[in-house]
Amino acid sequence: MNIWVYVLRRLLYVVPILLGVCLIIFVLFNVVAGDPTHLLLGKHATARQMAELRHELGLDRPWFYQYFDLVKSAFTFDFGRSWSTKQTISTMISEGALPSLTLTIPGFVITTILSVSLSLLVSFYRGSFFDKSSVIFCVGLMSISSLAYILFGQWFFAYYMDWFEISGYDSGFPNFIPYIQLPVLIWVILSIGPDLRFYRTVMLDEVYQDYVRTARSKGLNEKVILFKHVLKNAMIPIVTYVVIQIPFLILGALLIESFFGIPGLGGITLNAINSSDFPVIRAMTILSAVAYILFSVLTDVLYTVVDPRVRLK
Amino acid sequence: MENAQAVTTNINKPREEKSKSLWRHAFETIMKDKMAVVSILIFLSYSAIALLTTFDLVAGDWAKEVGGSYTAPSAEHWFGTDIFGRSVMAKTLKGTQVAMSIGLFTALISGFIGVLLGAIAGFYGGKVDEVIVWFYTTFSSIPSIMLLVAITFILGKGLLAVYLALGFTSWVSLCRLIRGEVMRHKDREYVHAATAIGGNDFRKLFKHILPNVLHIVIINFSLQFQVAIKSEVILSYLGLGVQGRPSWGTMIDDAKLELARGVWWQLAAATLAMFVIVLSLNILGDALRDALDPKLKGK
Repeated sequence: MNIWVYVLRRLLYVVPILLGVCLIIFVLFNVVAGDPTHLLLGKHATARQMAELRHELGLDRPWFYQYFDLVKSAFTFDFGRSWSTKQTISTMISEGALPSLTLTIPGFVITTILSVSLSLLVSFYRGSFFDKSSVIFCVGLMSISSLAYILFGQWFFAYYMDWFEISGYDSGFPNFIPYIQLPVLIWVILSIGPDLRFYRTVMLDEVYQDYVRTARSKGLNEKVILFKHVLKNAMIPIVTYVVIQIPFLILGALLIESFFGIPGLGGITLNAINSSDFPVIRAMTILSAVAYILFSVLTDVLYTVVDPRVRLK
Repeated sequence: MENAQAVTTNINKPREEKSKSLWRHAFETIMKDKMAVVSILIFLSYSAIALLTTFDLVAGDWAKEVGGSYTAPSAEHWFGTDIFGRSVMAKTLKGTQVAMSIGLFTALISGFIGVLLGAIAGFYGGKVDEVIVWFYTTFSSIPSIMLLVAITFILGKGLLAVYLALGFTSWVSLCRLIRGEVMRHKDREYVHAATAIGGNDFRKLFKHILPNVLHIVIINFSLQFQVAIKSEVILSYLGLGVQGRPSWGTMIDDAKLELARGVWWQLAAATLAMFVIVLSLNILGDALRDALDPKLKGK
């Protein structure tokens, strides 16, 4: 099958998924969560005010119109206005994306390079004490709550030792650098555990393959086997793992951003959750679902490009 | 004597002896692994503390004022006191109950949904499978934090809402695995044999196939257990967690106001308590996988 036909087919499969996502969001926010006018107008609202607001928000229309609006917004990215700040949500998103990326891209790149190299190192010494303690180290890192890392990091390194900025943000390169140092460090600590553990499993899966035995029996040394043979074959799961994380980079880091005052999408989402700002929560949910779905299509397509063994069905 | 007994059981129940061998083998493998044994002991003692605090046998007086506000750790109060002068040690012990119950019920709920949907999808295939796959693909496209927020928002606050929210958002990975495994198993000879002797679908699925995929459920259980304990902290931070009783999540969340005043002991106590049980469950999960997953044999 032609690759473009495959891409088209995968994209067509996106439609029912997207409709389903919109349906779940619609059911959660418009049906189960109930009437938002109480939330907006407070306790002393008159029936008339509530009816007017309901009309203004379009909540008095039949449900399928409301559902259709939701589906439409997934394609047009026109999400209306925030309830609390009254800004248009699309502006909020486009303004918040860059600060998020200044935090998440460095964090992601550093973690990936660090954990792939470390995973090669531990698979070189597989089964040894070094390998085993690296696994325990990863699991240990993962056993502490992310909130505890953020709280401790901010208090100890920024407040007590005064090595980093406690919180804040300044846009433009290189002004933002002092503000993202500690957040990036915390991001790396948070994600190196699961990443290293994943890459180690990937490497070990390859190390026991027949082609490695062949390479070894040819008399190649272990370094050549690891870097030339194992790493190349391990690229497939590595690429998949990397690509599927990209949408989450755009969405930022909820907790880190809100603690360090970075005006990114994660912080926006968290504020919306705290103030029950439904349109923003809904917009962020749709946005992340769309990003996730598109990137999983991209992963599948890349898979077939990178690995000639994967046959298109 | 021992030999004779083994022979008689062999004669009486030859089949059962054989079907137990995987589990017996797994049990022996785990018992040889010292770290796994320690993890099991830690898990059991946490469960015991949780049970004892439920009946107020331990830390029943956690709400009592035992000293001044924010007194530092001392020989009398190992982890100091909180803002109201309550013992942080007692709160940490009482928090074990919330953590263990969240772990248990979340793992049960997500295990139930995952196994049920996965088994049905894998066994029946066709349209049923397509609908279930569509459902979980859709479900997993929505970030779980958003679903968590939405579900707790709807169900209101409280322990039950936390169980359900965490359970409803964590079943997809198990469902995928079970679906795949059931698909692999449903055309095996033993299933055909069960059909031949007149076994219905329910019997084939739950009596014959399920025991063969049970190891996945068990491994997943220990994984979900610790993930749920960690997620409780995030829910507490969002103000959606447990109310009116101490939990590790609320204790860690309290630290955001305490650290600036130099009060580190509440964060330390809750983090330490959580670290030990989550680490143990992680190690136990790995040991279970090594012992139970036939694909990993000989590695």
